[in-house]
Order: sequence, then C-alpha cells, then structure tokens
Amino acid sequence: MSEHAHSSAHPEAAHGDGHDDHGLAHTTPVWLLVSILGLLLLLTVLTVSVTSFDLGSEGNLVVAMVIATVKAALVVTFFMHLLWDKKFHLILFLTSVLFVMLFLSMTTTDRGEYDKDVEAFRAAQAQLNRK
Amino acid sequence: MSDRAPEVAETPKSSSAPPPAADHGHAHDDHGHDDHGDHDPIHAANPHLAHHFDTPQQQFDAGKLGIWLFLLTEVLFFAGLFCAYTVYRAMRPEVFVYAHYFLDTRLGAINTCVLLVSSLTAAWAVRNAQLGQHALLKLNIVITICCAFGFLGIKYVEYHHKFEDGLLPGPRFAPTEQVWELPSFKAKHPEAAEYAERLVKRAEKLEGSKQGAAVPAPAVLGGAAPTSSTVAGNPPAAASAAATGSAPLAPGAVVEAKPELPHGTTTSAGTSPAETAPEKTLLSETTQNGEGRPTLEQVEPLIAAGVIGPKAENRDVPSRPRNAHVFFSVYFFMTGLHGIHVAVGIGVWIWMLLKAMKNEFGPNYFGPIDYTALYWHLVDLIWIYLFPLLYLIH
Repeated sequence: MSEHAHSSAHPEAAHGDGHDDHGLAHTTPVWLLVSILGLLLLLTVLTVSVTSFDLGSEGNLVVAMVIATVKAALVVTFFMHLLWDKKFHLILFLTSVLFVMLFLSMTTTDRGEYDKDVEAFRAAQAQLNRK
Repeated sequence: MSDRAPEVAETPKSSSAPPPAADHGHAHDDHGHDDHGDHDPIHAANPHLAHHFDTPQQQFDAGKLGIWLFLLTEVLFFAGLFCAYTVYRAMRPEVFVYAHYFLDTRLGAINTCVLLVSSLTAAWAVRNAQLGQHALLKLNIVITICCAFGFLGIKYVEYHHKFEDGLLPGPRFAPTEQVWELPSFKAKHPEAAEYAERLVKRAEKLEGSKQGAAVPAPAVLGGAAPTSSTVAGNPPAAASAAATGSAPLAPGAVVEAKPELPHGTTTSAGTSPAETAPEKTLLSETTQNGEGRPTLEQVEPLIAAGVIGPKAENRDVPSRPRNAHVFFSVYFFMTGLHGIHVAVGIGVWIWMLLKAMKNEFGPNYFGPIDYTALYWHLVDLIWIYLFPLLYLIH
C-alpha cells in the first residue's frame, strides 16, 4: 500500500529509465519514440518511391494502403500508447475501424450491385437512339 | 469514513488488489486526523484534481476514456468523406488518374514528414509532462506548433496553386493547363504527352480546313458532349472496347473521325451511340494517312487519364475526363476538413503551452497534454491515409 502511494507521488524518482508503469500511465522511452519516427519516415519514402513501379492499378493501391495501415498501426500502438493502455481503449478504437470497414464495404458492394442494371439501361438507350 | 475507503483503493493500479483488511486500516490511519470535507489530503496535494474526482488516477482515466470516445467519433466523421472518395474512385478511376497529375507529390510528401515529426514531439511532450520536465515540455510543444504552422503554410501554397490554375470544385472548375502539358505528366509519360499535342495540332488543322469547306459538323460535335448532360452518357460498348484494347487505336481515329460523324448528329445530346463502328472505319483512315498506329506508350496513359477515348469529355480533341471537377470537391473537402483539424490542434496546443508556462504539469497531472497529443496523432493518422489516396495515384 505505502509503496503504491509513494510511486504515484514520484514516479520518475524510482524509475528514471522511462519503462515506468507505476504513475498514472506508461511513460514511453525517447529511443522508442525516435525509432518509431524513423520507421514512419522510411515508410513514407517507400510509399512514394513504390509509385514509380507499375503493379497494376489495383496493385499500387493495395500496396499504398498496406503501407499506410502499417504506419497507422505504428502511430496507434506506440505514439498513442495503445500497447500499454487499457485494453478497453484498444477495443474502442478497433470498433471504430470495424465500423468504417463495414461502412466502406457495404457501400462499395452496393454500388457495384447496380452496375449490370445501369449497363443494360444504357445499352437499351443506345439502341433506341440508333433507331 | 466509509466513503473514504474506495478513494484509497483507487490510488494503486487496479491490477494489484491489496487485502481489504489492511486497506481499511490504512485508510483510517491516513485520514483519521484530517479535516473532513474539502480539505482531504489528496485534493490538497493535487491542485488540479477536480472536486468530483477522488484521485488523480480516476480523473486521468475518465479524461482518457472521454478523449478516446471523441477520437472514435472523429474516425467515423472522416469515414463519410473516405466513403465518398471510395465510391467515386470506383466509379471513375480515370478522373483520379487525371487529377493526381495536378497535385504536387513533393509538397505532399514534405507535409507528411512535417506532420510525422510533430507527432514525435507531441508524444515526447507527453513523456515530458509525465516526468515533470518543464523546459523540454515547452520546447516540444513549441516545435509541434511550428510544425503545424508549417503544414498549414505548405497547404496554403498548394491551395494557392490550385486556385490560380482554376482547379476548383463544382462549376468554377476551369483548369488553365491541359494535363499532358504538366511537367508531372511529361516526366512520367513523355511519349503520350507528345502524342496528345500532335493530336491537338491535327484537330486544329482539321478544324481550319473544315471551316474553309463550310462543313457545319464542328459545332454539332462540340455540343455533343457537354459535361452536365452526359453524366450517364457512357456507352457500354465503347467502354468495353477500351477494356479489350481495341480502343487504344481509337483516339487517333476519333480525331480523324470528324468528317464521318454526321452520324452523331442524329443522337440527342449526351447519349452518343456505341463508338465501335465509326472508330473502326476511322482506324483504317488513320493508317491510310500514313501516320501509322499509335504505340501503347503513346495512348495508354491518355486513356487511363480520360484525356481521349470513351471517357473523355470531348471526343474530337484530347481533353479531360467527364466530371473531373468532382475530384477537386473531394480533394478540397478532405484536405480542408483535415486542415481545420490541424488549425484547431494549433489552438489547443497554444492553450497547452500557456498551461505548461505555469509549470502546471507533472506526474499526477499530465492528462491535458496526453489528450491533446492523442488528438494530434489522430490528425496525423488521417493524413497518413489522405496522402497516398490523393497524391500517390498510379
């Protein structure tokens, strides 16, 4: 009991190295923050340079999105402390991601659903015009 | 006294569960000699602990849950725009290929790096606040604010270029430059740029000779493909022709096609008939002209960008895809909303700087810095997706 009271009052006194889980929240060490930034910048260079290779229109988009997602995961995990944070915050965040995915996938499948009808309509219209 | 017990039990991490008996004893020892009411030692020791919270930990956790819920709504908020982007890109890929040549990838990449650096300083500022490193905290907040201003400054330069070049959303969309005249296009597809220019010259020559011969065709054809009325006027036959690869040969043919196209006058504006038949005859005409068939390198980038071919706004001269202005609506809304978030972030960071100047933050009170940093990281996160989606279209 008393050691907890002590550590909550002076977290840095007992654990100056940064790997500290006894304050109100985890303290991220500087070397980790800097290396995450390094990785993020590296991935930015990668995603720009990969556009000069033709992987097909879909391929380039997929690669760009994969790189963006890796970057986003790095930011969320380390910069936003989710690795050490309460799991409930992680669940909250993943829920929002899940609903975004649902939103996007439902809309795109719905959009594609009417392609045939639209094409048939246009073909019919073109035929009418030809007569 | 019984209401004091949970207060002490909250102080340690919830993972460590001390024996209840010892806990109660401790609570009594701690608070036995304290004035009851507002002057409890925890609030006395923590001037920033609001009266409705029992402990700094409780206050911090409540705030953190609050900011995460807010970020959740922000993600969903932006999802609407990402959805609009997805639908429009699925419908009109050529518009995105066309428009991305107008965006400055270099400035976009620099802005990405600026935001990432500011994300580091924001995360570092949280650490500074947690450890009570007041000088470093102020420095990191100042760097973050500078990066944010840098981001908006670069964004301003980009917007300014767009405004000057007529790349505006909606009816104001009137690009001053053709896509194949852009350095970004020429660098990527030099042959296609050259070919497009040749097509334009040929069309101009044709126009001149036709006016001499008093053929009324150009006016009819010019009005045959207005943007507004052809929203749905994309003949599937022509579209499939483009897909199968017979279309790469068409654009040259389309230009040559003018004399043959009175056929197009029979159609009502907007719904042009399947182009395949006239294209084939014109193709032979092209070869007769001795120009030869255009190569794939010359034609493919132009078709992909909707400059020529079935998706172009104008069938006679190399132009731009229909409804290209919608991209700029999407672009301005997405980057604009993001920019507003950056501007709000600057305001909040200045507020945090003012608080940090008073050395308010320390191990037991760093929540505001943490929450601001979380918001800032989310703004960064959205840009991480915006950058490849808008600037790095292949």
